[in-house]
Amino acid sequence: MNDALGEPQSVLVLGGTSEIALATVRAFPRGRLRRVVLAARPSNHRDAAVASLTAAGVSGVVAVDFDAIDTAGHGAFVDSVFDSGDVDVVLLAFGVLGDQLAAEADPELAVQVATTNYTGAVSVGLHVARRLRTQGHGTLVVFSSVAGDRARRSNFIYGSTKAGLDAFAQGLGDALHGTGASVLVVRPGFVRTRMTAGMPEAPMTVEASAVATIVVASLRKGRETVYAPGPLRFVMAALKTLPRPVFRRMPR
Amino acid sequence: MESPLSLTKDDRLLTGWGRTNPSLGRMHRCADAADVQRAVLAAGPRGVLARGLGRSYGDAAQSGGGTILDLQALDGITFDAAAGTVTAGAGASLDAVMRAVVPQGAFVPVTPGTRMITVGGAIGADVHGKNHHVDGTFGAHVQRLTLVDGSGELRELTPDGPSASQFWATVGGMGLTGAVVEATFDMIPVTSSLMSVDTRRVRDLDEAMAHMAADDAQHRYTVAWIDSVSASGRGIITSGDHAPVEQLSAQQRESALAFAPKALATAPPVFPSGLLNTLTIRAFNEAWFRRAPKERVDELQSIGAFFHPLDGVQEWNRVYGPRGFLQYQFVVPDAAGHVVRTALDRLRSTGAPSFLTVLKRFGPANPAPLSFPQPGWTLAADVPAGIDGLGAALDELDELVSSVGGRLYLAKDSRQSPQMFARTHPRLHEWQQVRDALDPRGVFTSDLARRLSI
Ligand SMILES: Cc1cc2nc3c(=O)[nH]c(=O)nc-3n(C[C@H](O)[C@H](O)[C@H](O)COP(=O)(O)OP(=O)(O)OC[C@H]3O[C@@H](n4cnc5c(N)ncnc54)[C@H](O)[C@@H]3O)c2cc1C
Ligand SMILES: NC(=O)c1ccc[n+]([C@@H]2O[C@H](COP(=O)([O-])OP(=O)(O)OC[C@H]3O[C@@H](n4cnc5c(N)ncnc54)[C@H](OP(=O)(O)O)[C@@H]3O)[C@@H](O)[C@H]2O)c1
Repeated sequence: MNDALGEPQSVLVLGGTSEIALATVRAFPRGRLRRVVLAARPSNHRDAAVASLTAAGVSGVVAVDFDAIDTAGHGAFVDSVFDSGDVDVVLLAFGVLGDQLAAEADPELAVQVATTNYTGAVSVGLHVARRLRTQGHGTLVVFSSVAGDRARRSNFIYGSTKAGLDAFAQGLGDALHGTGASVLVVRPGFVRTRMTAGMPEAPMTVEASAVATIVVASLRKGRETVYAPGPLRFVMAALKTLPRPVFRRMPR
Repeated sequence: MESPLSLTKDDRLLTGWGRTNPSLGRMHRCADAADVQRAVLAAGPRGVLARGLGRSYGDAAQSGGGTILDLQALDGITFDAAAGTVTAGAGASLDAVMRAVVPQGAFVPVTPGTRMITVGGAIGADVHGKNHHVDGTFGAHVQRLTLVDGSGELRELTPDGPSASQFWATVGGMGLTGAVVEATFDMIPVTSSLMSVDTRRVRDLDEAMAHMAADDAQHRYTVAWIDSVSASGRGIITSGDHAPVEQLSAQQRESALAFAPKALATAPPVFPSGLLNTLTIRAFNEAWFRRAPKERVDELQSIGAFFHPLDGVQEWNRVYGPRGFLQYQFVVPDAAGHVVRTALDRLRSTGAPSFLTVLKRFGPANPAPLSFPQPGWTLAADVPAGIDGLGAALDELDELVSSVGGRLYLAKDSRQSPQMFARTHPRLHEWQQVRDALDPRGVFTSDLARRLSI
């Protein structure tokens, strides 16, 4: 159960090796966390994530197998996690950036990005929502992206999946309004993680820990949408008003 | 087609009085005890829980996804004048009991700072009042009760005899042993509905504590309000007794036992967050302190003014804004009275202003394993939930309270950790064994029980 100050005892991470999600888990007060389920495909990364959280003093960290693409298995997977105890916060953090130019040449690569980021999220998101609704409390945190606010020439495949995910998450939040369960949509900008390693940094680049701080504060305040860092909200509002011919010629 | 996400007509989003951390429950209005039994048997995987008037501050009277038993229809009140007892349905409020019985010359054995609580809630939390040092808790005055247990069986429980362990597990058991449907309790005979009250300002916390330790026995009721904003811990001690009819004027005697208070106003439904800030609270504390006379004796006050000043404003809990508030209440043994000062200092340095800070000295404990009061000092302070650093400050105070053998009041708690709870309730295991026998399927549960792994 969350306590009156909004601190969770139990967290499920979908995409359990995501650097942003792991930073978020570390940002919760350690004394309250009792169960942290890292749902991810088996890998060294996953083992390392369990070990590093445990070493940081987080209790009850376990790894379970989860693949965003395996939508047929999502129902049973979500049920098994919730059947062994209430979940206060679910971080939906899996996602792939994909290679835009390669995907333009091989649409099958684009389908992988879309299936992971959108289809997989819709599937597991609905199963999670059903169980949060049944337990009468809890928040699903969906990591969208500023890339979904307005798709750019340079990464519109990824951007469009985030646009779809963002719309889905907002609608799901509205469906759950008044049920005790809720959805928090997080729109990070450029964050220094594995996903962006080696890429030229955009203005207002932040560390995963900065996003984590914003997520934790937003959960406490019961917010529904948040940009990370916060001022990106104004930047994106301005970008959205640019005429197509101007936006198209923007660098990157 | 029905969506699994949609609300159904009996779904209610519930919180405690502090309006933090809501969860959705399915309300089940029970018409009678048989209805309660049926609801328990029909309980789904998320269980059942009795809820009274929701005056506990935290998550004690809510259960996400569970069936919430509303017992307000179980509101019968019978006064046995010869025995001096009342038999009441668990859904009857203490307000209703007082309205029915004060005019007949009897007062409830214990009343908390609000009379808008139910008999079921008074037993579930084993509530205390300003007379704890003399009369103990509400549970200590219950002669018998009827409980619907986790198997849906109706059980008659008494404080002595074969059902004693189950009786005392239910007293202070926070609704987790079953649903109380009826109880019989002793009343206090009174000859007027007025209180004879002594008021005295104290310059600081030491004076307040010294005075209370020395003079407690002089009065049936006593409590101190502390100015939480001042560093000294100055305050006001009020002590009182039921005024004998002889103390009333001729005119007052004509309606000596009258009791029909009305609520004055409802706080507006939407308050901006932060309306109560350090400044307004400082001003309130200053005015409250100045309002009290330096010393006054034998003033006649109404029951409402003496016991339930806040019941005059309905829904005053909304003034703390949408983030809600919590009440931090602990008890520490007499020897650890210094913790009171540390707690006040810590709350002040955190910028957690409180306008309702109350200090009281408890008398002996009763046999109930989870009952809160134990001999020593209890401090209760309201604090807004949205303050930065509040969690860490209260965790620190928890450590201190537990290190001296104290604990927190479950009816007020909304944030302690399961470790803190287990450490400070040495008889938890004993209680759990009795509970498991009463509720082998674990049907009765609450958000508080989940949070604390009870
Ligand atoms: C302004 C104010 C002042 C207060 N002052 C005091 C005080 O001075 N002293 C004090 O002790 N408390 C005080 N309280 C707390 C209050 O007295 C308790 O929380 C009390 O339990 C509330 O009763 P309720 O009917 O609202 O019960 P709820 O808050 O609805 O429920 C409280 C608990 O009792 C259980 N319960 C309710 N009905 C039943 C039943 N029929 N069978 C079994 N379990 C049941 C619930 O499951 C829950 O665990 C105060 C509260 C307020 C708002
Ligand atoms: N970094 C940024 O700049 C940025 C900006 C905006 C939004 N975001 C979004 O924030 C979220 C977290 O990103 P991050 O920066 O923390 O990146 P990250 O460390 O690369 O995390 C992405 C995670 O997705 C997982 N994943 C990929 N495909 C999966 C599948 N089929 N099944 C299960 N898990 C799968 C990866 O698991 P494996 O270890 O198994 O590969 C990895 O844990 C993502 O949704 C991302 O789109 C990131």
